[in-house]
Amino acid sequence: MRKKVIFRGVALPYLLLVPQLAVTIVFFFWPAGMAVWQSTLRQDAFGLRTEFVAFENFLDLFGDALYLNAAWNTVIFSSSVAALALGAALFLAVQADKQIRGAGLYKTLLIWPYAVAPALAAVLWLFIFHPSIGLVGRAFGAIGIDWDYRVNGGQAMTMVVIAAAWKQVSYNFIFFLAGLQSIPTSVLEAAAIDGARPFRRFWTVIFPLLSPTAFFLLVVNLVYAFFDTFGVIHALTRGGPGNATETLIYKVYVDGVQNLNFGSSAAQSVILMVIVIALTAVQFRFIERRVHY
Amino acid sequence: MASLDIKGVQKSFGATRVLHGIDLAIADGEMVVIVGASGCGKSTLLRIVAGLETPTSGQVMIDGLDVTPLEPADRDIAMVFQTYALYPHMTVFDNMAYGLKIRGLPKAEIRQRVQEAAELLSIGQLLERKPRQLSGGQRQRVAMGRAIVRHPKLFLFDEPLSNLDAKLRVQMRAEIRRLQKRLAVTSLFVTHDQVEAMTLGDRLVVMHEGRAAQVGTPMEVWSKPADTYVASFIGSPAMNFLPATLVDGGAAARLSGGTVWRFADGARPGGEGRPVTIGIRPEHLQQVGADGLALTVDLAEPLGSETVLHGRLADGTALTARVPGVAGQAGVALAPEPGALHVFDAETGRRIDPGH
Repeated sequence: MRKKVIFRGVALPYLLLVPQLAVTIVFFFWPAGMAVWQSTLRQDAFGLRTEFVAFENFLDLFGDALYLNAAWNTVIFSSSVAALALGAALFLAVQADKQIRGAGLYKTLLIWPYAVAPALAAVLWLFIFHPSIGLVGRAFGAIGIDWDYRVNGGQAMTMVVIAAAWKQVSYNFIFFLAGLQSIPTSVLEAAAIDGARPFRRFWTVIFPLLSPTAFFLLVVNLVYAFFDTFGVIHALTRGGPGNATETLIYKVYVDGVQNLNFGSSAAQSVILMVIVIALTAVQFRFIERRVHY
Repeated sequence: MASLDIKGVQKSFGATRVLHGIDLAIADGEMVVIVGASGCGKSTLLRIVAGLETPTSGQVMIDGLDVTPLEPADRDIAMVFQTYALYPHMTVFDNMAYGLKIRGLPKAEIRQRVQEAAELLSIGQLLERKPRQLSGGQRQRVAMGRAIVRHPKLFLFDEPLSNLDAKLRVQMRAEIRRLQKRLAVTSLFVTHDQVEAMTLGDRLVVMHEGRAAQVGTPMEVWSKPADTYVASFIGSPAMNFLPATLVDGGAAARLSGGTVWRFADGARPGGEGRPVTIGIRPEHLQQVGADGLALTVDLAEPLGSETVLHGRLADGTALTARVPGVAGQAGVALAPEPGALHVFDAETGRRIDPGH
């Protein structure tokens, strides 16, 4: 039940809104507005002269091979992270849902990675995959695989995908497990009596009933891979080797903070902002029409 | 169409024993109702037959074949659940066709079978809907339909009517019975409702604390209850129990208040002074003149054509009587109809029949 409180005056309700509005304006609208404004400007190399160039920064970006490369990397990276994180989480959740003994411990351990800071997680993976000090990296070397993510772009991408996905598995796991547990046992029993074997039961009953959860997670994971993986990439590869792991968000940092090309960096931020707005819109639309079984 | 044999089925969950060895043989086409209070093990027994639980010991045989080690999928049975357990993401048609698709039947035959079942249950116009767009009664029909289309060897019903409102329950009860007779499928029906049990079953199994207290036709169970539990469970309002002792060589009983009731159907064994429990159904008590058992009425429930009187005897024993017409007075004198007395052992609660 929703409780409606009606205030008598005009001042009090606005006063109560002020803190929230202040936070939103200072930390979102203002910087976003600045970014939009900045994206239409161009500065010379010494920051002495600033001129208005309208959409030129954007047009330059779409003609820039490095930017298109970063966009392509982002597509590969995000879809791989989402697929890996969702797939692994679903598999683990199905196992956790089955298991009875020790399930509590198992679930707790699976949820832990979510509490690890991205940079720490990256260092952890570094200790695993580093060709000379990493456990797996050395093992690869020992069995003759030419493993060095510092020079091999494909290997570098694989590693950041794994590290980024690993962080997200916990989150997905919790949602999938909750989704699984909300499927009534009797429906699965009915399917068993109808003659469906476990494999078929999963694909014809469990998976369709999980699909609302899966779609929600897909959007969340894409947003995560797009925007929240800066730390992982920065700690592991710094976008290298040779821009092989440079995603859009990482390029914003490189161009803005390292290359001090504020106009281009701002334009890139605006593009990312448009993407996140689009993803959020999809999410909201979906939640509105979400089917509750 | 098949027979079902349950042989010495026991079930324990950890240290808790819920079934103490159930034996039951169900003939082809028969409908047997398992009735009992919640926690008596009736649902567990049904789930063992379905293959959803594994018995600790004992066998389940369908058509003479031991199915105990088989998965539910391999038993060729259909089950209707209390919560209907429809697949929420499938249309009514797909819900009913699911089992047939798995068995790889040709599309045309699936369509035909579903159509037939839908007509039988008058849900033909609902085939394209999803379960959430259906009312409780309609869901119930779809669940029935899903069972029917399979042409299974065995129907299992797990309290399928308990989520319906009272009026619909009566209607669906009659429909299930008609359908079962028409299709002649061997059926096992679990319920806690004694009216459902009486009206639906060819035979009843009254379960009590993991044991089959009595197996018999509804009338047998009603007229010759095997013990005080069955006697109190079947029939509404419940049977009255009065402590008494045998007198007159077992041909009569003296109630604790001193009144002597003679048995119309012969003397009970055990001789003078054997402590017994006399059972008398409320509807078998008649209003008589002053020489009857005096009941102080503290509540009269008029039901129109008859009145249910709740009260106490002189010695404080509670007693319920159902008498014709309107009777609201503070006190009545009652006597049993001849031959309507049930005699049970005071200690074990087992029925004592005349003779032996």
